[in-house]
Amino acid sequence: MDTTNLLSYSFIQHAILAALFMSVACGITGTYIVARRMVFISGGITHASFGGVGIGFFFGFSPLAGAALFAVLAALTTENLTRRKILRNDSIIAILWSLGMALGIIFIYLTPGYAPNLMSFLFGSIITVTQTDLWLMFGLAVVVSLVFIFLYKPILYVAFDEQFARIRGIPVMLLNYLIIVLVALTIVLSIRTAGIILVLSVLTIPQNIINLFTNRFDKIMIGSIILGFFASLLGLFISYFLDIPSGATIIFTLVVMYLAARLIKVITFGKKYKSIT
Amino acid sequence: MINQPLLKVEDLDFAYEQQSVLTNISLTVYDRDYIGIIGPNGGGKTTLIKLILGLLKPQRGSVNYTIERSDIGYLPQGNLVDESFPITVREVVASGLEHGLTFGRGLRKNESRKVREILERVGLTSLSKRSIGELSGGEFQRAMLARAIISNPRLLVLDEPDSHVDNRFEMELYTLLKDLNEYMAILLVSHDIGTISPYIKTIACVNRNLHYHSSNEISVEQLKVYNCPIEIISHGTIPHRVMKEHNH
Repeated sequence: MDTTNLLSYSFIQHAILAALFMSVACGITGTYIVARRMVFISGGITHASFGGVGIGFFFGFSPLAGAALFAVLAALTTENLTRRKILRNDSIIAILWSLGMALGIIFIYLTPGYAPNLMSFLFGSIITVTQTDLWLMFGLAVVVSLVFIFLYKPILYVAFDEQFARIRGIPVMLLNYLIIVLVALTIVLSIRTAGIILVLSVLTIPQNIINLFTNRFDKIMIGSIILGFFASLLGLFISYFLDIPSGATIIFTLVVMYLAARLIKVITFGKKYKSIT
Repeated sequence: MINQPLLKVEDLDFAYEQQSVLTNISLTVYDRDYIGIIGPNGGGKTTLIKLILGLLKPQRGSVNYTIERSDIGYLPQGNLVDESFPITVREVVASGLEHGLTFGRGLRKNESRKVREILERVGLTSLSKRSIGELSGGEFQRAMLARAIISNPRLLVLDEPDSHVDNRFEMELYTLLKDLNEYMAILLVSHDIGTISPYIKTIACVNRNLHYHSSNEISVEQLKVYNCPIEIISHGTIPHRVMKEHNH
C-alpha cells in the first residue's frame, strides 16, 4: 500500500490532525512543565484522571469528561495544598496519583459487562479519535497557544522566580492556577492519543531533545511542537506498517530520537557542551 | 526632602508554625540609608527581608510604607533561583521592569533601551543572549543585580549578594552599590561584617531580636557591649571567626 492511498483514509486524516493538535498543546505546556520541574506533578494529574475514567464508565457518561474533571480537581488540589503547606508537595502528588488509579479500578470492576476501550485509555489510540475529540483538541491547542502568546512574559517570569514576580505585582496565583488547569486539560486530551501510561513522554521527551541544542524558552516550545508532530507522524506510520500499537510506537520513536540527538550532540559539540536540564 | 522614612517596621513578630523566628522587631529605613543586616545563620535575616518585601505576613506588628512595593528592588539569595531554568540574561533583566500583568512577548522601545543601559552598566552586554545557566557565579549575580536596579527603585534589598562570587566581583559590587546609594537606600544582608563594614553606614543586628547600631565602626569591643553574635570572616585587623552569645 502506498502513502497516497493511506492518506485518503479518514481515520488516518483524523490521526494526523490529532497528532498536530496534541503536539501544539503538549509542546507548549510541556516546556513549562520541564522548565519548572513539574513532571512528577503532571504524572500525578495524569493518573488521578483514571478515577474519572472509571466513574464515567460506571455512571454511563463520557469517560473523557470524567477524566477531565478528575485531572482539573487533582491539579487544583495539588496547587492549593502545596501553597498552604498542608502537605509536602510530593506526598500530595503520590496520594492523588494512587487514589485516582484506585477509584478507576474499583468503578471499572463494578461496571457490569466488559469495558471495551479501557486499553485505549491506558495506552492511547490515535487512530480511533472521533470528530468530537478533534474539535476539543483543536479548541485546546488554540487556547493554550493564545494564553502563552499573550501572557508569555508574565508566565516566563513567574516560572523563573515566583517571589520576584510577586514583588513586581504580577498575579502569580492566578497564573499558576490558569496554567495548571491548562496542563490538566492537555494531559486529558492527550490521553486519547498517547494513553495515561504514556502521556508523560510526549510532554517531556521533545522538550529534552530541543533543550540539548538551545536554552531559550520560546525556542524549546516551538521546537517541541515541530519535533512532537514529526515524531507522532513517524510513529503513526511505523505502527501502521508493522501493525503494532500506535501510542507505544510514538513513544518508542521519541526515545530513539532522544538517543540519536544526544549522539549527534556529543559528535558535534563534544562532551564539553554541558546539558542544562 | 532629606531623611524621609521609606518604611517603618513596628513591633513585629513572626513565627513559622510554632517556631518563633523574630520577636519585637522595629526598624525605620530612611531615604539613602545603607544598612548592613548581620547576624548568625538561622537568626531571621532572610525572614525579616521577606517581611519587608511583603512576601510574608507578620503575626503581630506591621510594616508601613511611604513608597510603593514596586519601588523596592530585590536580589534574592543565589540558591533560591533555579540556575538551569531556560531563560536568557536579557529576559531576566527585563523582568525587573514588569509591573502588574502585561500582554505580548516583546519589549517596548524604552524598555529595550533600559535593558541595554543596565547591561552595559553591570558589564553583561556581550552575554545578553546567553542563558543564565551558562554564566559564572559573578556574572549571574550581576544579572540578578541588574534585574533589581533596572526599575530605579527607592530601596534596594540584597540578600547575601557576595556569596559564591570571586573577590574581583565583590569589589566591583560594593563600588557599584556605593554609587547607587547616592540616590537609593540599601538594605544589605550579610553574615560577613568584616567585608561589608567599610561600605555600610549603619548596622542592624538580627538574631530573633533586632539591635540597631547607628555606626558602621563596629569593633570586637562594641560587639561585646551589644552582645551581638556575629561570625566575622575578616581579612583586616579584626580577628577571624569571633562568635558571641546572644542575650538580648
